[in-house]
Amino acid sequence: MKRFLLGCAALIALPASAQTIAITGGKVVIGDGSAPVENGTVVITNGRVVAAGAGVAIPAGAERVDASGKWVTPGIVAGFTRMGLVGVDAVDPSNDTEARNSPFNASLDMAPAINPDVAAMAVNRAAGVTRAIVSPDAGNAIFAGQGAVIDTGSDLNPVTKAKAFQFVEFGETGARLAGGSRPALIAAFKTALGEASDAAKGIFRDDAMLKRADALALVPVVNGTMKLFVHVESAPDILMVLALKKDYPMLSLVLVGATEGWRVGPQIAAAKVGVLASALNDLPESFEQLAATQSNIGRMKKAGVEVAIGMINDNEARQAQLSMQYAGNLVALNKVPGATGLSWDQAFATISSVPADIAGLGGEIGSLRAGRKADVVIWDGDPLELTSGVQAVWIDGVKQSLVSRQTRLRDRYANPTEGALPNAYDR
Amino acid sequence: MRLTKFLIGTAMVLAAVTSPVAAKKKDKDAADAAPKSSFNKDPYPSTYKAYPGVPTAVTNVIVYDGEGAKFVNATVYFRDGKVEGIETGGAVKDGYTVIDGTGKWVTPGIIDVHSHLGDYPSPGVDANSDGNEATGPVRPEVWAEHSVWPQDPGFSRALANGGVTALQILPGSANLFGGRSVTIKNVYARNVQGMKFPGAPYGLKMACGENPKRVYGSKGQMPQTRMGNMAVNRQTWARAVEYKRKLDKGETVTRDLAMETLAGVLAGEILVHNHCYRADEMSLVIDMAKEFGYKVSTFHHAVESYKIADLLAKEGICSAMWADWWGFKMESYDAISENIPMVFKAGACTIVHSDDANGIQRLNQDAAKAIGDGRRMGIEVADEVAWTWLSYNPAKALGIADKTGSLKPGKMADIVLWNGNPMSVYTRPDKVWIDGALMYDAANPKMRPVADFELGQPGEGDVK
Repeated sequence: MKRFLLGCAALIALPASAQTIAITGGKVVIGDGSAPVENGTVVITNGRVVAAGAGVAIPAGAERVDASGKWVTPGIVAGFTRMGLVGVDAVDPSNDTEARNSPFNASLDMAPAINPDVAAMAVNRAAGVTRAIVSPDAGNAIFAGQGAVIDTGSDLNPVTKAKAFQFVEFGETGARLAGGSRPALIAAFKTALGEASDAAKGIFRDDAMLKRADALALVPVVNGTMKLFVHVESAPDILMVLALKKDYPMLSLVLVGATEGWRVGPQIAAAKVGVLASALNDLPESFEQLAATQSNIGRMKKAGVEVAIGMINDNEARQAQLSMQYAGNLVALNKVPGATGLSWDQAFATISSVPADIAGLGGEIGSLRAGRKADVVIWDGDPLELTSGVQAVWIDGVKQSLVSRQTRLRDRYANPTEGALPNAYDR
Repeated sequence: MRLTKFLIGTAMVLAAVTSPVAAKKKDKDAADAAPKSSFNKDPYPSTYKAYPGVPTAVTNVIVYDGEGAKFVNATVYFRDGKVEGIETGGAVKDGYTVIDGTGKWVTPGIIDVHSHLGDYPSPGVDANSDGNEATGPVRPEVWAEHSVWPQDPGFSRALANGGVTALQILPGSANLFGGRSVTIKNVYARNVQGMKFPGAPYGLKMACGENPKRVYGSKGQMPQTRMGNMAVNRQTWARAVEYKRKLDKGETVTRDLAMETLAGVLAGEILVHNHCYRADEMSLVIDMAKEFGYKVSTFHHAVESYKIADLLAKEGICSAMWADWWGFKMESYDAISENIPMVFKAGACTIVHSDDANGIQRLNQDAAKAIGDGRRMGIEVADEVAWTWLSYNPAKALGIADKTGSLKPGKMADIVLWNGNPMSVYTRPDKVWIDGALMYDAANPKMRPVADFELGQPGEGDVK
């Protein structure tokens, strides 16, 4: 019996990722902003991309997957999410995005809390989203904690990179969390970074604002080894954030949201700060978003900003699957007089290689360039188009299930009327 | 977080007025007892007037007429605010301004059966939060039109990006009875009366489920449970039945605005729009409506309609749905992306709705996603048939299908010219006419409405 079990385990352990797979005949999108390649080939082995594009040699013994008439792309990288932290948003015990009553803030580490069993993982995986940047939400202080980069694979190892960045709220939310004003926000920020600088030298004061753990968590932010994701929306607030570099030259900033980024595009580009921007905000939803327009990303891109699509405060725990639709809408702007959109190639890059680059993982994920993790999706049509769907997904070279509780419910109720037994027996 | 909107953004209240014939206002204070139960059923009448248009022929277009038909290489004629007809072949008739629509599509304007524009406007600040009278679970006496801020910038986005020509503004869903809705034309005016859709019946917003029991249960009030929801509902309807009986007998009653609304529902003059997610709760509401003698027009959100699509078809109740929103709260956990096509396949009335100032700009995109999700499970829906989800069915649910919602001759010329296939993500409105008047033209910045709030502020008049 024991031997039998071991034998089975060995079979199972023969990892799919060790196989060499050649996906042939499809329209191949590399994801780096280059144009799709007709009749291309993608070769993956040991969980990595070997080659992708035209004229790629197919290794002997490779398992062939025919993608004729289909599109083949890197898995979608969701640029700003809270996926894996939430079962149901309004069911508080299932929601780990923020900890209003915790004494801690900057030291909160999201990685151990990423739950691959939340329904959003399977739903988004089946929709073609294979990686996501996952941020905490701010509870009771401007610093929210340390975010992670994850995969959506059907296994219990979701974390690609832990402690990938620190998240801080600026603008209206930051002001509220800091006690009620932007000056209070700046005071809180500068005090926190001052205490982090002290902590780096082993100095901890009794009257410190931060807990010791939080001050220590901000040390890599101050010295620039950890990115600082800053949620900020208005043009004046963006300039306020960019100016922080004067006092803290080592800061490695990324802007999140940036609804009015287009008004200060040249300044953002000059500062070489990446942006995870909300794609379709076009309403003056608050006084920090008065100049919202769907042309925001296109105009920033035109100004030379490195910009990807993020979804802050936009169903980001569950709806990364809207990333493709959002990118498609930016292409639509090209036909609207006075609007600034993106080319299709640029638009796809905003949900693949660019967010990966901004997260510092462009060498690992986000494209089908050689050496990247083999996250590959086959689509039955243009991946940005509304009626298209996913036919196959690999993550780290492992073929993924496309079943979710949603597909199970769909199948159970395809004919809703009970048969010989209640629907509860139908599975 | 937008979550708040999901949690309480959607509830409706009943509002109805029962007895016939407007009372003469001169004699009495309206708050006092009205003799012979006679009172004005339309005290805030529509002052909407169609703007001037020119006789127009849009040529060389693909047309979806809104009732399921498709015309290729067609010309759409309208004049004097009304659709004249759709013709294929033959020369363009004289006397029309011709717009060449080669490569473009024409559809009826989209109608959103579920919006909070104006009562939860942008900016979403507390001072403008006017959608939920969350001071008691039974508030049929409030009217959404008394909250609608006609300067909501969202109306312009719904027009220019969404091709929305009419919409129902509902109270939120904090209450079991949320209040009376108002249906409006998507045309800016100085007051809500100037936007009100002429002749549209009122609606009553009701809400099932989590929101009412949470809002009041957390205060230690009834309802605290779903059974509490039903008990309060039934007791309220029992009162309304009694009130209406008195009215019908011509007895003198003290004016009760809440009961007037409910009596209007019982008289069939006010349409019930019921926020309800779960199949089991919708099923209970169907029986409750029979118990007290009213009809539900539409279940809104209805994320589990697919579980009882046969029942909904049999009862003739519409479902107003999203394409793929799910999981934001417990009662939305079983939402699936095939809900819309599955309801359609069962032969039940199918509507795509938004409940959102962003979603209202992409209702056609939601329909397209539903087409794709349906196709992958073997449900084929032609684009022109799916357009019934966006204009004719919502018009029916609102009681205005005799006036708009399709391109049948004589109907209001509420028309969108799209710059491509409207089921594609790459397509946007090119021109929008409302009652035959050009109200948006992508090529002309002067034909882009700018709300008062946006004047003199960053981004004024930008392409949004």
